[in-house]
Amino acid sequence: MLKVSDLCKRFGDLSVLENFNLIVPRKGFTILIGPSGCGKSTLFDVLTGVVPREKGDIFWLEKKLQHLGKNAAYMQQKDLLLPWLNLLNNALLPATIAGKDLATAKKKAQALFRRLGLGGFENYLPAKTSGGMRQRCALVRTLMFEHELVLLDEPLSALDAITRSSLQSLLLLLQSEFNKSILMITHNIDEALLLADEVLVMSRLPMKIIEQFALRGPKPRRLSDPELIEIKEHVLGRLQEELGNEIS
Amino acid sequence: MKYPKLFPFAGALLVLASWELVCRGFAIPDFILPMPTQIIRVAILKAALLLPHAGTTALEVLLGIFISLAVAVPLSIIMFAHPSVENAIAPFLVASQAVPVFAIAPLLVVWLGYGITSKVLMAAIIIFFPITVNLLEGFKSCDHEYRILFQLMGAGFWKTMRLLFWKWALPHFFAGLKVGVSVATIGAVIGEWVGAQQGLGYLMIQANARLRVDLVFAAILWLSAMGVTMWLFVGFLEKRVITWKQWT
Repeated sequence: MLKVSDLCKRFGDLSVLENFNLIVPRKGFTILIGPSGCGKSTLFDVLTGVVPREKGDIFWLEKKLQHLGKNAAYMQQKDLLLPWLNLLNNALLPATIAGKDLATAKKKAQALFRRLGLGGFENYLPAKTSGGMRQRCALVRTLMFEHELVLLDEPLSALDAITRSSLQSLLLLLQSEFNKSILMITHNIDEALLLADEVLVMSRLPMKIIEQFALRGPKPRRLSDPELIEIKEHVLGRLQEELGNEIS
Repeated sequence: MKYPKLFPFAGALLVLASWELVCRGFAIPDFILPMPTQIIRVAILKAALLLPHAGTTALEVLLGIFISLAVAVPLSIIMFAHPSVENAIAPFLVASQAVPVFAIAPLLVVWLGYGITSKVLMAAIIIFFPITVNLLEGFKSCDHEYRILFQLMGAGFWKTMRLLFWKWALPHFFAGLKVGVSVATIGAVIGEWVGAQQGLGYLMIQANARLRVDLVFAAILWLSAMGVTMWLFVGFLEKRVITWKQWT
């Protein structure tokens, strides 16, 4: 379980996180949803140690950590593939940097390529592939980190609807097949309802959890499910109350 | 426009034809302004005289390029790694470019003699600045998100330099190198004007003193050919090294 307690982060006079608390169950799929600029990405930056925090504790598997930098895989909105490396070598970057046995890592990456529908494209440069393929490759790279905890910062937001839909099912594989504990940020309520075990609705700055929904239905879910429609309307109403109409 | 690539040649041909016609029409003597056909004739017929001098100048320029690369690349990396070093050195770098090379040339000849060393150093001084500045800017232009990704993968400075910054900066490096090799001959020739026993600059001074203006122009023609050849070679290298650029 990931536990965050009393996290504080300020940028000058602007308080982004003020005694922020969060619990992400192990092997669970937790999604944070909230308006732009409410501090969700800052939370990830603080969790990964990219920016320092003023106060607060981070526990992963009951162990207190300075940050999650070495304990979590992080996937961002952009695929961040290096244009000079082919897809396979991009996916191998975590292993290359960690100085791991590349032959073993290559076998694992190739298996993941086949599993995620990228088989045969290992030697392609990113610029010669579609946005969806690049994001799948970024997903393989994320899996190559070999960390149980995965942080996903709007990983599908730059994709078209069809590609997005196919990648949503791949994200479910992270949990069901690869046994990952996932904390994801999204602006898309539908996406949250389809993927999450738990949806946390965030407030404006300083960010706090204003509503929490546990979704128990089996996955993949259907958005036409009356329970999901009811939750969606409630979440939308809650967010509009909080900040206006920035959420789709 | 059907053949846009032919325009530069057509333009050059027009200028040369006008030049030829003016010289012939006004019967301008060779020791004032020789005709282009005369210059080309001298450049070819006097190749045996010009070639050893051109070889000396080319050697000075090439050695200047290697020396400037040997200094510029490590210095750019050090300045990038330690901005305090950049802050300390930057004023001197700019000052070195604000001083005309003509002012430095006599000093270098006094200190280093009439041999090749002073000319090599002159060429190196001229090439050094564009390479250093471009490479440093190339490193700095690397996207923050990629830096974070490498940080989260646990890459130290040198691994990030090798796998990310260096490749990222390569287009900037080649842009600087192209500028450098284009102007490198200026340094070598000025050095030869001030004091030398060999080289196209030396030959130009000797020919000018004897009113052999056609030979001066022939030397200029060889210098230009040298500059263009080096520029094209760097462009060729750039295409071979930055293979991913055509796809991005």
